[in-house]
Amino acid sequence: MSTTDPARTDLGFTDPDPRRGGPLDRLPAIVIPVVSVLLAFAIGGILIWLQGVNPFQAYYVLFSNALGTTEGLLRVMQKSTPLILTGLAVTVGLRAGLFNIGAQGQLLVAALGTAWAGYNFQMPMVLHIPVALVFGMLCGAAWASIAGALRAYRSVSEVITTIMLNSIAIALVDYLASEPFKEPDQPLTRTPEIAPTAMLPTFGIVPSGFLIAIVVAIVFGWLLSRTTQGFRFNTVGLNPSAARYAGISVKGTILLAMAVSGALAGMGGAIETLGVTGRFEPAFNAGLGFDGITIALLARANPIATIPAAILIGTLRSGAAALQFQTGIEPEVVDVILAITLLLVSAPIVARLLFRKRNIKQTQVTQGWGS
Amino acid sequence: MAADEREVLLQATGLTKRFPGVVANEDVSLTLRKGEILALLGENGAGKSTLVKMIYGLYAPDEGEIRIKGEAVRLAGPRDAIKRGIGMVHQHFQLVPVFTVAENIVLGDEPLRWPFVNMKSARAEVARLSEEYGLKVDVDAHVEDLPVGTQQRVEILKALYRRADILILDEPTAVLTPQETDDLLRVMRGFADSGVGVIFITHKLREVLAVADTIEVLRGGKWVGTTVPAETSQEGLAQMMVGRGVLLQVDKRAAQPQEVILDVQGLTVTDDLGLPAVRDVSLQVRAGEILGIAGVEGNGQRELVQALTGLRRCSATTVTVNGQDILNKSPHDIHALGVGHVPEDREKDGLVGPYSVADNLVLDRFAEPEFASRGVRDRKAIDALSTNLVQQFDIRTPGITTTVQSLSGGNKQKIVIARELAANPVALIAAQPTRGVDVGSIEFIHSQIVGARDRGAAVLLVSAELDEILGLSDRVAVMYDGRLVDVLDIAVADRARVGRLMAGGSKDA
Amino acid sequence: MRARYAYALAIIIGIAIVVCFFLDEIRTVSVLSFSLRYAVPLILAAMVGIVCERSGVINIGIEGQMLMSAFAGFFGAAVTGNLILGTLIGIGTGMIMGAFLATGAVTWKMDQIIAGTVINILAVGLTSFFYVQGQVLPGNTPIVAIPLLSDIPLAGPVLFNNGLFTYAAVAIPLILWVLLFKTRWGLRTRAVGEKPSAADTSGVGVDPMRFWNVTIAGALAGMAGAYLAIEAAGTFERGFTAGRGFTALAIMIFGAWNPIGALAAAFFFGLTQGLASQLQADEVIAIPQQFINMLPYVLTIVLLAVVSGRIKPPSAVGRPYEKD
Repeated sequence: MSTTDPARTDLGFTDPDPRRGGPLDRLPAIVIPVVSVLLAFAIGGILIWLQGVNPFQAYYVLFSNALGTTEGLLRVMQKSTPLILTGLAVTVGLRAGLFNIGAQGQLLVAALGTAWAGYNFQMPMVLHIPVALVFGMLCGAAWASIAGALRAYRSVSEVITTIMLNSIAIALVDYLASEPFKEPDQPLTRTPEIAPTAMLPTFGIVPSGFLIAIVVAIVFGWLLSRTTQGFRFNTVGLNPSAARYAGISVKGTILLAMAVSGALAGMGGAIETLGVTGRFEPAFNAGLGFDGITIALLARANPIATIPAAILIGTLRSGAAALQFQTGIEPEVVDVILAITLLLVSAPIVARLLFRKRNIKQTQVTQGWGS
Repeated sequence: MAADEREVLLQATGLTKRFPGVVANEDVSLTLRKGEILALLGENGAGKSTLVKMIYGLYAPDEGEIRIKGEAVRLAGPRDAIKRGIGMVHQHFQLVPVFTVAENIVLGDEPLRWPFVNMKSARAEVARLSEEYGLKVDVDAHVEDLPVGTQQRVEILKALYRRADILILDEPTAVLTPQETDDLLRVMRGFADSGVGVIFITHKLREVLAVADTIEVLRGGKWVGTTVPAETSQEGLAQMMVGRGVLLQVDKRAAQPQEVILDVQGLTVTDDLGLPAVRDVSLQVRAGEILGIAGVEGNGQRELVQALTGLRRCSATTVTVNGQDILNKSPHDIHALGVGHVPEDREKDGLVGPYSVADNLVLDRFAEPEFASRGVRDRKAIDALSTNLVQQFDIRTPGITTTVQSLSGGNKQKIVIARELAANPVALIAAQPTRGVDVGSIEFIHSQIVGARDRGAAVLLVSAELDEILGLSDRVAVMYDGRLVDVLDIAVADRARVGRLMAGGSKDA
Repeated sequence: MRARYAYALAIIIGIAIVVCFFLDEIRTVSVLSFSLRYAVPLILAAMVGIVCERSGVINIGIEGQMLMSAFAGFFGAAVTGNLILGTLIGIGTGMIMGAFLATGAVTWKMDQIIAGTVINILAVGLTSFFYVQGQVLPGNTPIVAIPLLSDIPLAGPVLFNNGLFTYAAVAIPLILWVLLFKTRWGLRTRAVGEKPSAADTSGVGVDPMRFWNVTIAGALAGMAGAYLAIEAAGTFERGFTAGRGFTALAIMIFGAWNPIGALAAAFFFGLTQGLASQLQADEVIAIPQQFINMLPYVLTIVLLAVVSGRIKPPSAVGRPYEKD
């Protein structure tokens, strides 16, 4: 019996050899996400219409507010930044065969750690920003490494542990922000504001954090497709037995991939703290980590493609507030649109609609809880 | 013939089954009568399993008709087939490991004492069947704790419990010793005598000639002929199976053994459950010779190979290659010392299916300076080597960027062999090198292994195919229950003697 | 071996409870009642996980299934003015969400984790999108004291003087245990979750079995959601389930995929909550609430780390069944 389980080995979207396939082969890879998004918009439009609002007008309001003004664009870039990074976090995990659904927890822990480093340390800007940023990334990496170590050494599914670690992180940061790290003499559960030396600058209307995220995404695109380390990640993700046989340390790769994944999610939280909120607050960006899953799958685990996917979702999130203000539509319609997008990119519905094929191989990311 | 008088249990006409890219069965017909043993013979990939899976309702035929006891049927699933008296013993046992023997046997057809499963009557019924057919099992044992031979008995009992009068056995002897095989053939004959129609799938000619009433031969998904044992021979059957004369004998010169390359002394390895799998094995392989390890699968060969290639921890007094210690070294380090490894399960251990041919050809050397500088992979060098190897090893692929998963078994194996031999190994450890490979590729692979030997490599060949061992080896070691029971020179290693040793017979007997 | 420790722990806790009862009757009863109330939705939700996973389907969408059911149950009861109708609407919604997961994970053979995540995100979106302020329930659910049994000291006030959901939450794990381990449905369900190909070749339809089990399990999630909104809180807020669906997964694992084990685990975590808040109220020691909330997750991770390999989920869980 061939013990290679295609469910595990073929994620269906890994393309380690960048030259493979002509334009025709590539077409479906782009078409399915695009059609999925359009369909999700259509379903969201029906919901909006049910509320008595013209969906075209609603979407116009949403997009024109998000993209039509300078402040809007700034906000879109700010919103997209942590999304690019959590999308990358999930992507790096997927490439190495890990489903990190704990980007949320890693981001939270990192955001708090960054805030602490931001208000606690006193140093010049050239030092303070990188120190706070790296500190946050290390927090995220450490948090993810708990799951990484358990997966590598005890064969415990990272899906279970990251679910548990998400819940632990929520409670932990809530405690820390309400007790030891709390801003003194304030009723709110939040940390003090970070020092001005730790604030990320903005170039014109472009926040530096956004640029960092884009550069990181491009670097990871290159790392995963061209380097030996990327080859290790891909090989472990596609076939751990063959990886071992090829002399790759599977345990080491799992540990590294999980730490890198956590560091990326952490970077998302760190930039959000240093560039947008300026402190840690409760309910800090709930859902960013889960958006990361949608983005990674929308981008079919391609690091470069996380950039447009994240900007799209950032635009939706950013325009949702205006939508509520101007039309009375609840901003959570965006969550509905995103849930449907996630469903459509990972279920065979669109492919069946487009290609009228019954047997379409599904994107299998996980292999159950078991070891 | 007398057989024609007997009632027809099963008649399949013009069955065709297509899968994306392949026609697994094309216009295949067969007739099974009461009390008949029908052998379905063919190479790997000839379409035997597909055919019986259609008869068992696991696949729906694209064309053709199945009649059971005269009635045309469309089987919606195994449930339909079971209802009509078809039982099947699967090549890969279909048993729930954590269930008991009795639970496994009654699953899907449970006796009830509403609302509960009546386990008491289930156990009694299983015990009765086990007694009646002489298939000894402990009804309360958990299947995961049973040896394979016993698990097979459970599978057969499962079919009998459902009162099957058409019994399909898919490659049942692959996991058995020659002696267990003989027992099974006797049991099959017993079923036939009691009126059951048996379909027996195999690719082993000897067994077919020993037990079959009728032989149907498939090749490349098509029916090629029907015969009976009295009118044919092993050579005749082999010719039908592959469609031309086959070199059952490998063409090679006598070995010129040189110095000892691979030296193993006192090797002990445990399996996944921590039980001893290899017990105190010592062997030496010299440059320019092939040492074949014969044995029924599951007697420690897998663990032996894993230990020697660094995939499993072990203990030993000595394990050296060319005098260098390789005991518990990493697979990478062992490889770097010039040990090539053709893994038993190439899909799992040897290849990354979604990768290109080129990436697979450098899988074990991707980080070496030849193919990468400062952590960046050198595509040009990889492609140059790959283009070369694809030609040299006759790998039939549209190009070096084609994914390996889209190639045939034979071409996949050639990629593994090419990669391992390209590094000019001092030692080659090849496990089941021709499993699931077409005949043309088998000959090519055999000639490559002999070629490596002639270039001075020490070759350790592990195979469950006794013919392969006897055809290729210069010396034959027999493994039984984790021990090397004997090492014979090829001149004195005949089928009977090796078979006896494989079954645990002492070397003096 | 693990079971032995569990029994020992249960006996120690039992003795401790009786001792506490003699020392301080009122507080003991109040702590235990609190624990049970806390445990009810977790027990029901853990049963969802057990039924799904025993059939081979991972359900990380329990949280979303509960949230949708709580929402539908609450607004159903508020709009119709009928608590029973509201409860039924909640349970029905749970089943629809179960069927949603089943369609994705079984019929479409989607990645099961993603299918569950879709449910979680969708539930947050839909319940907020359709949320209307200012709705109230027509009344409270009745407390049903069971005659005679409710007069037993300690056990009476704690176990036999409750709402109907609470009785259901205690009874369902026991019934489910019998169903799983003694009936034909149970044998087939476990076969489908352990080795689907064996079930298939024995004539047990794998996908239909999985589909219906996941759908019916959704009804239990619906019950848990309806309990939260209608009996426990009497209201509905956004993000109302507050991670209970994930705690239920922890409890399922802690109970080793066994309904009675999960029942005990849920009660154990309830007890830690009850005890902590009592100690806090009495100003004995103040353990921050967040740490008590973390406990099930932390202990589950520790448990998995310590006993990995010995406590095993059903073998086929998470893998869509494909012939060959």
